[in-house]
Amino acid sequence: MHELGLTQSIVELAVEHAKRENAVAIRSITVEIGALSGVLADAMEFAFDVCSKGTLAEDARFEIRHIPGRGRCMECREESELETLTHICPLCGSLALETIQGQEMKFTEMEVD
Amino acid sequence: MCIECGCGIDPGHSHPHDHEGHKHDEQSSRTISLGEDLLAKNNRLAANNRTRFVADQLLVLNLVSSPGSGKTSILERTLTDLKDQISFAVLEGDQQTTNDADRIAATGVAVKQINTGAGCHLDAHMIGHGVEGFDLAVTDILMIENVGNLVCPASFDLGEDHKVVVLSVTEGEDKPLKYPHMFQAADLMLINKIDLRPYLRFDLERCKAYARQVNPKIEIIELSCHSGEGMPQWYDWLTAGVSSKQRDEGRGTRNAESK
Repeated sequence: MHELGLTQSIVELAVEHAKRENAVAIRSITVEIGALSGVLADAMEFAFDVCSKGTLAEDARFEIRHIPGRGRCMECREESELETLTHICPLCGSLALETIQGQEMKFTEMEVD
Repeated sequence: MCIECGCGIDPGHSHPHDHEGHKHDEQSSRTISLGEDLLAKNNRLAANNRTRFVADQLLVLNLVSSPGSGKTSILERTLTDLKDQISFAVLEGDQQTTNDADRIAATGVAVKQINTGAGCHLDAHMIGHGVEGFDLAVTDILMIENVGNLVCPASFDLGEDHKVVVLSVTEGEDKPLKYPHMFQAADLMLINKIDLRPYLRFDLERCKAYARQVNPKIEIIELSCHSGEGMPQWYDWLTAGVSSKQRDEGRGTRNAESK
């Protein structure tokens, strides 16, 4: 639901950095989105087309790198892949899993001309 | 140059791309590394809010839920019952109308309405400006009633001490599984409208188990702001929160002190 706002801030940030670099165009923008971040990649891609219109990022390639979720069992310390926030430890069956990866929402890099 | 650390990046690295339709020097294209969290700006502003709230020894709660769970009604009853012992200020978040702020104002507590327009959540920037009219130095608890939405407010830190999620028994017991982000982000869950249970098929124990499945540390209080059942436990939780905030000063609540 807030993908539009997040994408808006990505474009603003990208344009700000591009201007600081005296760039004439933004060629690509790369972000990392974790599987457990609550952000929908499809919605973000859709929003990017709208938000980038008329900016230096208009023709940029928007690349979303997906980061899989990982959890660690608070009982047995076993680490396992986590597809949702509700998960059962495959080793001991405990429900007490802490998330150790997958909540990322990062603007990692951009390429400019 | 890398913006993050100021280091030089080889400007001559190659990458395949189509030059059709634009001209530029062969070596002008360059990569900028950022590594910036998309919520960095909000998180910075939230940290500023938090610093300020800590300085004022303020307990700050961010009330989140789906629309209609009874956040405003819980606040109304809480403020009415406790305002003689605890000094409150309230920020009300809604897309439109001042209806909620009007209800809170009727209790005599300082309140400000924040209308987010199209926005689906409150952010730290709105809170920073929202509290400008309050005298936080003489306030014990700042209640922030977020926009009714079980999705987006989970991601936005406002500088609060705790998110308190309200779930009413009319909504169904599986909400914690359907909206796990919110229940994972919250420290306390209030199960509201508990007086309606005889009329509903709401599995209370299953609801609590689901909440603990997504957040093993979540505290749970069952209450009804209509019948008053469970409200004393909620008040104890609030009073304990205020005491722990102000313990260093070795004094009671400010309202009581000023009397």
